[in-house]
Amino acid sequence: MPAFTIKAERDQLTVDKLTERFGTGSFTHERLYDTVCFTVPKEKVHEVLAFLRDGLDFNFLTSLCGMHFPGLELELGAVYFLHSMRHGHRIRVKTHVALHDAKLPTATDLWPTANWMERETWDFFGIHFTGHPNLKRILNMEDFPAFPLRKDYPLEDPTREDKDDRYFGR
Amino acid sequence: MSQATKQQDLWKEDQVAGDGLRELTTLNLGPTHPATHGIFQNVLTMDGEIILETEQTIGYIHRAFEKICERRPFYQITTLTDRMNYCSAPINNMGWHMAVEKLLGIELPKRVEYMRVIIMELSRITDHIICNTIISQDAGATTPFLYVYQWREKIYEIYEEICGARLTTNMGRIGGFERNFSDLAWQRIRAILKEFPAVLDEFDALLVRNRIFMDRTINCGPIPADRALAYGLTGPNLRAAGVDYDVRVADPYSSYQDFDFAIPVGKSGDVYDRFTVRQEEMRQSLSIIRQALEKLDKIADKSTYRADVPDWVLPPKQEVYNDMEALIYHFKIVMGEVEVPVGEIYHCVEGGNGELGFYIVSDGGRNPFRVHFRRPCFIYYQAYPEIIKGGMLSDAILTMSSMNVIAGELDA
Repeated sequence: MPAFTIKAERDQLTVDKLTERFGTGSFTHERLYDTVCFTVPKEKVHEVLAFLRDGLDFNFLTSLCGMHFPGLELELGAVYFLHSMRHGHRIRVKTHVALHDAKLPTATDLWPTANWMERETWDFFGIHFTGHPNLKRILNMEDFPAFPLRKDYPLEDPTREDKDDRYFGR
Repeated sequence: MSQATKQQDLWKEDQVAGDGLRELTTLNLGPTHPATHGIFQNVLTMDGEIILETEQTIGYIHRAFEKICERRPFYQITTLTDRMNYCSAPINNMGWHMAVEKLLGIELPKRVEYMRVIIMELSRITDHIICNTIISQDAGATTPFLYVYQWREKIYEIYEEICGARLTTNMGRIGGFERNFSDLAWQRIRAILKEFPAVLDEFDALLVRNRIFMDRTINCGPIPADRALAYGLTGPNLRAAGVDYDVRVADPYSSYQDFDFAIPVGKSGDVYDRFTVRQEEMRQSLSIIRQALEKLDKIADKSTYRADVPDWVLPPKQEVYNDMEALIYHFKIVMGEVEVPVGEIYHCVEGGNGELGFYIVSDGGRNPFRVHFRRPCFIYYQAYPEIIKGGMLSDAILTMSSMNVIAGELDA
């Protein structure tokens, strides 16, 4: 395997502290390659993020992005990339929401940098961040009719006839 | 009553009367303004020459890379990464390759990793040359922009010798390079190492202790370390604020742990600090390249330029026509029959502007299920209104060029 380092003891400490604070059933975690990913219900996500920031030194929000898994009960989701610079430790926190109730609490009160990341996630996935100071589209034009990174949004112009996906093995 | 007190009273009156007597101006800076060095708009609300509020509009060159990635095989996404930070395209290319290699579990020979380090450090130098000469240009010194800038050209000649392209390079393949470096490429790299330090010293001598430049840049657009971290600044901008975070040291990739180099840090995060941090980083990059060449000289093998991953690199055409195995691999790659593990990874590299991250979610298909690029510019540009608030317009221009906002990376 290639050289990536796994910070097993920090990972374990994070899991233990979260279990101690929120109880065993409140989150799930798995190791994906070098990083531990936590999945948290959306009601708890703000509390968990605040605890990770203040209690476990995750001072830096590296990134935030949305995701869409059509067919699941909770289709949409958001991934928070957290980084503790003091311990050189990274984790990811994921949370899932249903399509008809795509609302998450904002993280701008914890990290001001979440502002544009949440606007981007709103812009592309249509996840509404409640409490956000200025939630409007950021990269697409304001009257854009869809949320383009959702899987049901076609990449190419659907009316085109010269490019048929069947011939390209897609 | 003296003239001065009269003036003071008038000023007080103005303050007490509030907005009624002040005349606020709205100024559109951009989207296409030579001073923004890219296509993005700032609507400034100004009181005289003082900036009160800034409203940013971005997205003018948004190309939906993340969506396009979902329909492209892994090796075809490299060309999209070029077009993010086009000032240091090879770092983006190799960052992407390393992300995919991490997903696939490919381990690279040391020689290839050192070759990558050389190219990545060269592109860091080009990135910093562009940024620093533009700072000097915006501060009123035209000389560096004309004379130091030509060294970027010489580095582009190295890229051209290696991969045939200059700006948007599409350099390398998953697992290494497409071909070995030619003798001319090595000569050019050594020539840069020999000639560029003197140029850098001259550049320093022209500006770093120059009274006019210091007056212009010290305390212009500062950001304290805690705000810089809160706003997600990375790279030279964060280091100028005094935080010694560098991905090359924090999470070494491509054998950076084998090299001995320093992370320059500033103190106040102003334009002067950003300038000097970038200057010093260019010196460190040169030192890294020198070390890499020494290490490569010690490796007897001079022919390996990629890992043995036929699944991911198109074989040469003459082999495809004459060799059964090569034909099979050619077919497999083109038809997208290569196995990719299911999983998700995040890999980050130290780009010219900061932590450049690649998040890949793979469902085992020929294309990634989801790709997210952590573009440093996009994340730190939102700190701009806070930095320039209460300052002068001319300082705002200088601050913007010193933050090195690249429109391609901003919009992806």
